[in-house]
Amino acid sequence: MSVRAAIVSFPGSNCEQDCERVLRGLGAEVVRVWHDATDLGGCDLVVLPGGFAHGDYLRPGAIARFSPVMQAVADHAASGGLVAGICNGFQVLCEAGLLPGALRRNAGLRFICRWVEVRVDNADTALTARAGPGQVLRLPINHFEGNYHVDASTLEAMRRRGRVTLRYVDNPNGSLDAIAGICNDAGNVFGLMPHPERACDPLLGSGDGALLFGSLLDAARGRVAV
Amino acid sequence: MRFAARVEVMPKAGIADPEGQTIERSLPALGYDGVAAVRVGKLITLELEADDADAARARVEDMCRALLANPVIEDYRVSIA
Amino acid sequence: MSTRTALHRDLGLSDDEYEAIVTRLGREPSYTELAMFSVMWSEHCSYKSSRLHLRRLPTTGPQVLVGPGEGAGVVALAPGVAVAWKIESHNHPSFVEPVNGAATGVGGIVRDVLSMGARPIALLDSLRFGPLEGAARNRYLLEGVVAGISSYGNSIGVPTVGGETSFDPCYEGNILVNVACLGVLEGPPMHARAERPGDVAVLIGAATGRDGIGGASVLASVSFAGGDDAKRPAVQVGDPFAEKLLIEACLELVRGGLLHGLQDLGAGGLTCPASEMTAGSGTGIAVDVDAVHRREPNMEPFEVMISESQERMLAIADEARVAEVLELCDRWGLPARVVGRITAQPRVVVHADDAIVADVPAPALADDAPLYDRPRRRPGWLDELAAAPCGDDPPAELAEAWLALLTSPEHACKRWIWEQYDHMIFLGTVQGPGADAAVIRLPGRDVAAVLSTDGPGRYCYLDPRAGAIAAVAEAARNVACTGARPLAVTNCLNLGSPEDEEVMWQFAEVVDGIAQACTALGTPVTGGNVSFYNATGDRAIHPTPVIGMLGVLDDARHAVGAAFSAPGDAIAVLGDTRAGDFGGSDFAATIHGTLAGRPPEVDLAAEARLASLLHRLAAQRVLTCAHDCSGGGLAVALAECALRSGLGFSVDLAAATAVAEPHRAAFSETPGRVVATCAQDALPDLLRAARAAGVPARAAGVVGGPVMDIGAARLELGAVRDAWEAALPSLLSDTVS
Repeated sequence: MSVRAAIVSFPGSNCEQDCERVLRGLGAEVVRVWHDATDLGGCDLVVLPGGFAHGDYLRPGAIARFSPVMQAVADHAASGGLVAGICNGFQVLCEAGLLPGALRRNAGLRFICRWVEVRVDNADTALTARAGPGQVLRLPINHFEGNYHVDASTLEAMRRRGRVTLRYVDNPNGSLDAIAGICNDAGNVFGLMPHPERACDPLLGSGDGALLFGSLLDAARGRVAV
Repeated sequence: MRFAARVEVMPKAGIADPEGQTIERSLPALGYDGVAAVRVGKLITLELEADDADAARARVEDMCRALLANPVIEDYRVSIA
Repeated sequence: MSTRTALHRDLGLSDDEYEAIVTRLGREPSYTELAMFSVMWSEHCSYKSSRLHLRRLPTTGPQVLVGPGEGAGVVALAPGVAVAWKIESHNHPSFVEPVNGAATGVGGIVRDVLSMGARPIALLDSLRFGPLEGAARNRYLLEGVVAGISSYGNSIGVPTVGGETSFDPCYEGNILVNVACLGVLEGPPMHARAERPGDVAVLIGAATGRDGIGGASVLASVSFAGGDDAKRPAVQVGDPFAEKLLIEACLELVRGGLLHGLQDLGAGGLTCPASEMTAGSGTGIAVDVDAVHRREPNMEPFEVMISESQERMLAIADEARVAEVLELCDRWGLPARVVGRITAQPRVVVHADDAIVADVPAPALADDAPLYDRPRRRPGWLDELAAAPCGDDPPAELAEAWLALLTSPEHACKRWIWEQYDHMIFLGTVQGPGADAAVIRLPGRDVAAVLSTDGPGRYCYLDPRAGAIAAVAEAARNVACTGARPLAVTNCLNLGSPEDEEVMWQFAEVVDGIAQACTALGTPVTGGNVSFYNATGDRAIHPTPVIGMLGVLDDARHAVGAAFSAPGDAIAVLGDTRAGDFGGSDFAATIHGTLAGRPPEVDLAAEARLASLLHRLAAQRVLTCAHDCSGGGLAVALAECALRSGLGFSVDLAAATAVAEPHRAAFSETPGRVVATCAQDALPDLLRAARAAGVPARAAGVVGGPVMDIGAARLELGAVRDAWEAALPSLLSDTVS
């Protein structure tokens, strides 16, 4: 039975088509959910794609978190369902309080679209299970606000509990502790700044993104089987 | 009554402000020496109906907590006129 | 004369043009009518100085589905696959306010492509600035333009995949910001027509304010000389969020078959589609100005009719389905209002406050603009310039000259610029910025569109016709290097004032050069844009035709890159090298500070043979790298292959060129040449195929090692790479990292 993935888009999201194409290519069934929806159609995995929800006006994700669909996302997360926010989706999850911390302007004060290397900090999560511990993945980043910040005690707790999933090998944006991706304490809500959907085809530069999506689908499938 | 509110949103004390630092570093090149503590924030103005100034302030502070500022990285200050 | 005569001059209309309006109307125009005529008869909207000449361009071919005249040209890329392709300038607004000027330039060309019912999937920017080493304002302009493109293009989710950035003192007072957009059609082309009386006109998108009133049209028509600040009106401010919604909503409207016509609002505001869509269809329109949703109070009807507020489209729909149109727009959070009705009577009638404020024959606005055959004169200084020393003296030190060229802003790594652009969204960017040409795989297909822009201004200054031919040839060669077949051209012709007889001569020569080259290469012109008045005082820019070449690669997986591929590969040079092609060269400009002589002559038949050879070799998977040899000559081309790959090379330049003098072999800019590599054992095949195709080819050396060696000079690749990558950032803003 294939995994049912819901891709939630807001006005101004722009990576939803790419995520859909890649997830379908990996065998998932994809439903697209508009921001005004109040349910997620019984999905196993929720993906919040990249883009500029509501133009990123005020702060990225600040307005999107009030969309009706976010209550459904929060409910899905609270019941243990898998949620992954990519780039702008990560920003939305932080603003919504589903993930700790915030994403600030890049330290270099410029937008960065670049291939980077990220190291798997914890390979024992639903996002990273297909990768080995410490494995270096080649993924693109594409953001102006990817500079992760969180208070010191939360960071300490996250590190202790292995909630940092991905770290930049060469910190491109000033992120605290070179953090590129995290998950919540329960281990079912993920946020990452790199775009795995852009790294699922060697012709475009890398196939490493498929490891991350594949891991999520495996985990979702596990839940489906249960 | 109708009130005008100004909301200053600033990076929290102690949080790096690269934009402020860049401006601070570029000012001496233009001949402005001795400048320190440059910080860059946002100014939001709005008008609202409220019974009195205190009520207006309370509503705007609510807005700040809900939307206008992100408490993880930002502080805010409200003034009502 | 009435008091309005002073007004028409302020609006940029000549006395003769005013009289022509009076004659056509049989009376004096109202203010609203005068405003509408002033925008529609501006150079920018009417092409009144250029139309006569543009007719000489070849515009047809089996691949051309829609030629010039619509929002964008439409080209068949493969059976059942069509793309829209168009370039446009936003020079003057970008000089006044670089961030918003460039941003709205992106927005405008995207809406042009959208108006064809195509999804915009790629942007290219062809930028020209004054020298970065010079005035601080040159750096400010570059940084602002890049920030504008970045903020707008990234937010609307259209990748910026290529283009070029070039520098010359002639652009210091008049920068060039030309933006090209590629779109992919999801069905038959939409069109800018309103053929059925009774249909309604729906204005979709942002609210109308006073943006750019007397803006782009007038702005683009008046040079900056004279310090008349009143003619430097506010630049429009773009809202990429609104544009993104507009893209999605319009595509859904087209897909749902809800529209009979679609056109964007750009220069000329609402007046432009209201008159053009009807004039082209023999119909008219009744516009209700009061129905237009506005951002500002107390706007006059004429302001509403010519406002250049961004992110707006005019859609024509069957009245029976207009509720569906409005509902769909609402779902996307986009304001939309019925603002007019198509009429059988071919007039544009504007109603405001229950009165008629304008009543004009639609063709008078859209088709009857004056057509000028402006006087032309070949500049007297050209012969003197052609005879002057062209800057081909040997350099003091060959290696130093080579390094100076590689680290000049012209050739320096442009990563600082293109890393600020999302160049990857849509998963199609097989080759992006930094390559010879962008290779964009179309969504869900193997076929790729291959795109390049080129505009050698210095060549065109020395000889506009020869320079224009070189521009087309180089753009085609860039596309061919990937293995693609060049298909069609969009062009943006940037020049000084058409009222200057010498500029007008340059313009006519440029058009003839493009016509000659496009005919020879089988790449018709499907549309484009003319930007005049790029002059400050009596100083005009070099005539700069920017050629946007579109090619097709049947299988994106076969794309050949412009970086060396593997150590040990054999290097061959395709095409003959002439020892004396230094007129207008980068070597002459950078090393000797000279701009004189004759630009290199292009052999168009040889270019066509070269392109077809590259296509064949790529399809046979023989090539491991192919890089166009142009500015800076062979030494720069070889170094670029090395810098992009991290692989050095060893080449015998004398053998590769049959030119004895080292600096001539290294830096002469003979067109029609390509650096090609293949596996060693494939080299005989490559040379044999070239001979059979009538393309001169010489074995030149081998890929590999930490050094770039051209015999007469050697450079350490690592050190050069550091300097090449640092050159541009070190000239630009200092930031915390």
